[in-house]
Amino acid sequence: MKTHPKKEIRIICELPLAGRMRAHLDRAPISGYTLLPVIGGKGSEGAWSREGLVGDAGQMVIFLIILDEAELQAVLADLYAVITNQIGIITIADVEVVRPDRF
Amino acid sequence: MLQLAAANLLSPPVLFFVLGFAGSLAGSKLTLPEAVAKTLSLYLMLSIGFKGGVAVAGHGLTGEMFAAIGAGVVLSALLPVAAFALLGLMSPLSRVDRAAVAAHYGSISIVTFVAASETLRSLGVDFDGYMVAIAAIMETPAILVALYLAGSNRPRQEGESLFGEVLLNSSVVVLTGAFVIGAITGEKGMAEISPFIVDPFKGILCLFLLDMGAVAARGIANGSRFLNPGLIVFGAVMPALSASAALAIAWLTGMPAGNAAILMTLAASASYIAVPAAMRLALPEANPAIYLTLSLGITFPINLVIGIPAYLALARWILP
Repeated sequence: MKTHPKKEIRIICELPLAGRMRAHLDRAPISGYTLLPVIGGKGSEGAWSREGLVGDAGQMVIFLIILDEAELQAVLADLYAVITNQIGIITIADVEVVRPDRF
Repeated sequence: MLQLAAANLLSPPVLFFVLGFAGSLAGSKLTLPEAVAKTLSLYLMLSIGFKGGVAVAGHGLTGEMFAAIGAGVVLSALLPVAAFALLGLMSPLSRVDRAAVAAHYGSISIVTFVAASETLRSLGVDFDGYMVAIAAIMETPAILVALYLAGSNRPRQEGESLFGEVLLNSSVVVLTGAFVIGAITGEKGMAEISPFIVDPFKGILCLFLLDMGAVAARGIANGSRFLNPGLIVFGAVMPALSASAALAIAWLTGMPAGNAAILMTLAASASYIAVPAAMRLALPEANPAIYLTLSLGITFPINLVIGIPAYLALARWILP
């Protein structure tokens, strides 16, 4: 099967920030994104888990964005401005997709 | 006083909290899924808000109510200043961390309020339904004051609306909305939904506090390395200072003992739902492990187990 190269931005960030991230993503030149809950983990600030929590603080989410390389720097700069002072991780990876017209 | 303390300690909600706390410390994986915990929390907000609204519908708006609202706003604005100053004396925290912690101690814990309301009801101590509105009002002023204390001049980005995000958090919306609906529908509305919001209330509170006990213990286990002895003492002492300030204001405004006990509980409690989320947005440099561990792991258990009966006993002793 023929595949097509794209870029994937993966951002693990705090749940309270998700609304602002979505507002920026809704304005970005991308066709869509995916938001995933995260069960738990451990980082420099210690371990965390979403179980039992009633507030948003202390919970993390993952944003997955697949886009053309041509749009990568502009979208990345815009999103990084939102989370620059926040706890989180941003990774960029080369991925292959089978339906390039969707991105 | 001892009788009150014993009645509180041996009440099902407190015992379930202790069970969750002890079980988690012992290594049990006891906890509720996040969605269930949030649903229970919203149920408690809905129930307590609605009951408060119905009570206001019965008595109407009074001068005492507006005086109590004023007292709540003053406390919520001034307590962060006291907490900020005290933290400066007791800990080496940065200015931003002190401001973030101060915001939590100026704002309120709605679950502590729910527990206090239930304790007073079970002891037959009257308090006015409008105290729910004061709880909702006290959520926010502390955040404003804390941002000023932090010297926060971070440039705002497009689309940021901190106060929209804080004021529209689900617990505030449900609590305030249920209060208004209760005030509009009154006793007729209560008769229609009381099998849902009155009868199961205490059982659901027990289940919720079981989870909160587990979360509090987990917070201590994970966050204690961020607390020094000064901070732990702060988490234990600040509620007493805040309750004393509330008692003084209650005395000045002529509040009855039941209302005063609720106001003292509100002042003594520290937020762990609305303010932590607001601080992650407004003061991201502040370490969340410090303020979450202090408010949820230290102050919440102290208020629940010792504070509430102590505040009630003091209010009864000093006020009519």
